[in-house]
Amino acid sequence: MTLSWIQIFGHMFAQFTPVFVSLIAVFIISIFLKRKLGLYGKLFDSVIGMFGFAIVMFWVFTAIFADAIITIQPLEQFSGMKNKVPGTPLVGVEDTWFLLGGDNLARDVFSRMVMGSRQVLIIAPAATTFAFMVGVTLGVPAGYYGGRYDTGMSFLANLVLSFPVILLFYLLVTPEIRETGIPIYLAAVLFLFPIVFFTILLNSRFYTQPKKRNLYVAMTLILGLWAYSGLAFNADPTGFFYMDPNLLNIFVAVVFVNSPTVFRIVRGLVLDIKTRDYVAAAQTRGEGPWYVMLWEILPNARGPLIVDFCLRIGYTTILLGTLGFFGLGVSPESPDWGSTINEGRKLLSIYPHPALPPAFALMSLVLGLNLLADGLREESLRD
Amino acid sequence: MGMFILKRSGLMILTALCLTFVVFFLTNLYPNLEKLAKTEGNMRMSDEQVISWLDNRGYTQNVFKRYGEWLGIVPGFRHTDEEEGKITGRCIRTSNTPETAPNFCGVLQGDFGFSTVFKEPVSTIIGRRLGATGKLMLFAFLVMVPMALVIGILAGMREGSRTDRSLSTFAIATSATPEYVSGVILIAVFASSAFGLKWFKGTATSAVDDATFVNFTLPVLTIALYGVGYIARMTRASMAEVMTAQYIRTARLKGVSFANIVIKHALRNALIAPFTVIMLQFPFLLTGVVIVEILFNYKGFGWTLVQAAGNNDIELLLSCSIVAVIVVLVTQLISDIGYVFLNPRIRVS
Repeated sequence: MTLSWIQIFGHMFAQFTPVFVSLIAVFIISIFLKRKLGLYGKLFDSVIGMFGFAIVMFWVFTAIFADAIITIQPLEQFSGMKNKVPGTPLVGVEDTWFLLGGDNLARDVFSRMVMGSRQVLIIAPAATTFAFMVGVTLGVPAGYYGGRYDTGMSFLANLVLSFPVILLFYLLVTPEIRETGIPIYLAAVLFLFPIVFFTILLNSRFYTQPKKRNLYVAMTLILGLWAYSGLAFNADPTGFFYMDPNLLNIFVAVVFVNSPTVFRIVRGLVLDIKTRDYVAAAQTRGEGPWYVMLWEILPNARGPLIVDFCLRIGYTTILLGTLGFFGLGVSPESPDWGSTINEGRKLLSIYPHPALPPAFALMSLVLGLNLLADGLREESLRD
Repeated sequence: MGMFILKRSGLMILTALCLTFVVFFLTNLYPNLEKLAKTEGNMRMSDEQVISWLDNRGYTQNVFKRYGEWLGIVPGFRHTDEEEGKITGRCIRTSNTPETAPNFCGVLQGDFGFSTVFKEPVSTIIGRRLGATGKLMLFAFLVMVPMALVIGILAGMREGSRTDRSLSTFAIATSATPEYVSGVILIAVFASSAFGLKWFKGTATSAVDDATFVNFTLPVLTIALYGVGYIARMTRASMAEVMTAQYIRTARLKGVSFANIVIKHALRNALIAPFTVIMLQFPFLLTGVVIVEILFNYKGFGWTLVQAAGNNDIELLLSCSIVAVIVVLVTQLISDIGYVFLNPRIRVS
């Protein structure tokens, strides 16, 4: 028997139970402790921020509990379920329905949407973090020193930014480019920045205490280079760090597109903050330039950077969707939202149901991140 | 001012050169050329055949030399077939013979090359497709800008009011909806049989020659919606700031009506910031246009770009990237100059 829409929502609600339970737990604990939690706690004073945070956490928990939420394996095909409407029962299995219908290859739309959240929520924040590392490491000295280095780097950043994003993706994310090894070279350069950043960060803070410095820097280098060898060159001897060549290609392209914008934002912030009195005080104290940059200026730029980080995760999600939409770099089986929308759009005027769930999912996640950023901005401006 | 424009133009040319070289380099990597040879020649070519195919057409020369040929500062490639004694070359087309063909044929000579996918000179393709995209962009702008400004002004004139809250949320929601999501939703709602509202058409193929309300509304709306949110938020912020200024308070104390304050006093100053944002929307629109043209199968510039990139049509892709880069750089320049004109407190030097 085909389910009615009320029953479909009832079943979906039941499937999402672990998500709702965790969401409620997080909210109760956070509201209870909100005065002790700094900026995160203040978020719970703003309705918009709370709303955004709830949507974002909904998808985070969905990604975590995806295995428990799905009703049917996302890659499994069932004969007779092709393009079936939402709520169609699965023949031969008790109490199992295609809650949001079947797609063109007779797979369950609901389970694919849930599984797709995992892809997005791993790649988008990670790529954004890397883009921030690159942007900060290059942008802070550009703003602080100015001069030729700044002119050169700004020119390069503007160069990348004047590329239409789609063209860049079409050039950088193809099987032919993977053959030439360019993504690996790009990864080799881009993945170096986090290591450089943390090494300089710790070195500039602790260089007066050589014992501590040596320990921290050595730890960073060992961990960093270990991950680096695995992620960029797929040469990790233990096999713990590993990235699929397809994924590496997408990841590198997204980081490459995002970092110039971060560079410009960081540079602008540093230009503003370096005229403050506490920076002059640190310089007079005789602190080294990197200490001033990373321990005096950067922490004071955190407000706008956190806000931009949230917005940028949303933007990266959109970019990943765009890649999927053009069928670039992802395997055709992949349940990620962009490629599911792309598959669904071909039969859109006859069967709209396979394309709509991932579309709404992507939209709600980006909306949540935007609202969260708005709430954070409001709250960080208040004091 | 003259100096500023001169300097910016120099920088623009440098940027355009760098960008086209990057595109040239990436499209001319060996695996790409191999793919080109196999799609143009024969799918089952052996490695030696691929190399000789590429050799005969000059694809294996040094990349800088070939870039120079494309630009028109290095003489075009010529190849003499030893068995038949026939001369082929870059500049030799069906319209001319080896004797009459010019020595240089590059962008500087106004020759943008020949498309391998569409079998037509690139300049005619680009010209026609740009016309189609121009129409789409024009209508998108006509919908987007007034809508965004009205939303922004209504929201910003009474900051914190209920109108402000709801319009701001609408603005955030539209800027969180990329074109491929809003387009899919719009088609599903207004053009699919499932919802039964078949008001518009889900494809815009026929709109290139004959745009009607039925086939052109959805693509225009899809592009416009994504841009509206951003411009509206900028307008709102700028309007809200102006409304707190001293001279607005003075006007209000004088007894000027609220409508008059908004229209006569606030609006002019509030529209400076959005102007720059509107100009800088062009590059963003470019991405949106590509998505929308693919989604609605509207054969314009974006559609051509995807075809060129997908089939590694080098010369067409290069010309597409030139157009895209010029659009981006010129809008940046206009927004800088316009900003100075609108805001006399700023000097360019």
